[in-house]
Amino acid sequence: MTQNLFIYAIMAPLLAALPVNLMARSYRPWAGTVAVGALIFSAVTSTVVLADVLKNGTIRYTLGNWPVPFGMELIVDPLGAMMLVVVSVCALFAISSAIRSASDEMPGQEHLFFTLALIMITGLMGLVVSADAFNIYVLLEITAITCYGLIAMGRGRAPLASFNYVIMGTIGACFYLLGIGYLYILTGSLNMPDIAGIIPGLDAPAAVATSFAFLMVGLWIKMGFFPLHGWLPNAYTYAPSATSVLMAPLMTKVSVFLMIRVMFFLYTPEYAFDHPDVQQLIIWAAALAIVVASSFALAQTEFKKMLAYVVVAEVGYMVGGVWLANSTGLTGAILHIVNDALMTLVMFLAASAVIYKVGASRFSDFAGLYRKMPITMAAFTLGAFALIGVPPTCGFFSKWYLILGGIEAGQFSYVAALVVSSLVNAVIFFRIIEIAFFQKPEGEDVLRRAEAPLPILAPLVVGAIALIVVGLFSGQIVGGLIAPALPWSF
Amino acid sequence: MLEEIVAKYNYWIYVVLMMIGFYAMIGKRNMVKKLLGMNIFQTTIILFFISTGVKRDAGIPIVDKYAGLAGELEVAAVMNPLPHVLMLTAIVVGVSVTGVALAVLTRVYREYGTLEEDEILEKIGR
Repeated sequence: MTQNLFIYAIMAPLLAALPVNLMARSYRPWAGTVAVGALIFSAVTSTVVLADVLKNGTIRYTLGNWPVPFGMELIVDPLGAMMLVVVSVCALFAISSAIRSASDEMPGQEHLFFTLALIMITGLMGLVVSADAFNIYVLLEITAITCYGLIAMGRGRAPLASFNYVIMGTIGACFYLLGIGYLYILTGSLNMPDIAGIIPGLDAPAAVATSFAFLMVGLWIKMGFFPLHGWLPNAYTYAPSATSVLMAPLMTKVSVFLMIRVMFFLYTPEYAFDHPDVQQLIIWAAALAIVVASSFALAQTEFKKMLAYVVVAEVGYMVGGVWLANSTGLTGAILHIVNDALMTLVMFLAASAVIYKVGASRFSDFAGLYRKMPITMAAFTLGAFALIGVPPTCGFFSKWYLILGGIEAGQFSYVAALVVSSLVNAVIFFRIIEIAFFQKPEGEDVLRRAEAPLPILAPLVVGAIALIVVGLFSGQIVGGLIAPALPWSF
Repeated sequence: MLEEIVAKYNYWIYVVLMMIGFYAMIGKRNMVKKLLGMNIFQTTIILFFISTGVKRDAGIPIVDKYAGLAGELEVAAVMNPLPHVLMLTAIVVGVSVTGVALAVLTRVYREYGTLEEDEILEKIGR
């Protein structure tokens, strides 16, 4: 029974999407309730699946019982199960906050938002367990297409940002598809473990290298890796806050996870790190990504846009960590996927709460917020500490692994970039904290407490507590989950 | 050189078409032209996949089920149907992306009254 439990976790949002759209036409408040219910089910089931996978080992499931390599296979290994939990929990928090913020920002269209969001979550959960290379392309496009719609629901420049994302996202997906095409011509298979078994015996180095390059560049565009990040900041800034809360923690992180999958499960680590020049180039690109994105973040005066640039910098952390080619760096990168999902979730939830109450999220709108919204700002402060990397928040531990990995690999440009980025984050966030703590908003003499409503506040508080809990338990996460799952050891 | 091009002409066609699409997506300032470039780009990949399934003098892949199960089927006599099946999915994806993009473009037009990128940037800057 537990063998196919994870299918229910993935299917629940998809099955809920249809009734949400149909029922909510007659009575709109149902939309949010049904969506949250489906995601609670998903989150609980995913946690059970994670416990089961850790106890009984990897689950391999062939859809429709077609034998591998002809049928589509789903593989739930410990990392995949961990990602299932991350995706479903983050999605639950984001959708919960959307109950209020969606009706605030997209009145009359909530059911459309929830329908698209649920389909997107199904796509993301499918991505982390799929072991079929072509299936991953289809799921990537499912998440991307729903995302285009979700972004375009925003006001003002949102449709323009969405269109830029359509163009860039399609280039990324097409590159991925081309890479798969080359691999299919070479191996005649689409099953990832099957292809991985065939590649070492191939005598076509140029074609394999081309496919690898196409797959990597395609995924880098999808995750917004510098210098392919052009679409990301505007898309995250102008999207409705419910959309950015959902997208920012999940889209880039799942893409990074897919990159790890492709590098180590489709190809071998030996193949991926065969050319030291290429590896060096990518680490430099990652270091540059961190520095440039951090300085762009420093130049912003709007909270959401600044966060979007912080996300770009964090993508640089993770890509660099993976390409350090040692187990410490890879551990740091995988741990950072979890931590960064939580940190961006908390920060965008805080942005959502501020936008709900104050109406906008320019830095000047934060004036006096420590008195007005103390709980929100406490969670915001925790999130800021995590992004800066203050112990015992989770951000510190993954950054520590990444720095250790960088020193181990002798990549001091990358280590320096990490340190610079932490300092820049400190400057940025203390600037906001200062405004929120000391400045008074104009025109208001008496500051009354006015917190955001419970559906936004509850996930924010739970997420902020999780930042510390995950931080305190990072030893267990690394020892129990990540270390056994590493594809090789040096 | 020429022989190489002629022998693998399907790949050359795909590369040339793809570059045309890519140029339209990156170089054109009109958003509908960008969208058309995106369509060319996607269609090229479909052509590329389909051409990989072709075999010389092979027939259509409709075969006698019992002969196939008995292993009497001559593989070289039928085309590879899998790329076609994959591309069916890719066509559906392409159509959906185009549909969403057109819907987004109508919203952009309503917002700015134009689909020229230069004019939109001018209006945003104002």
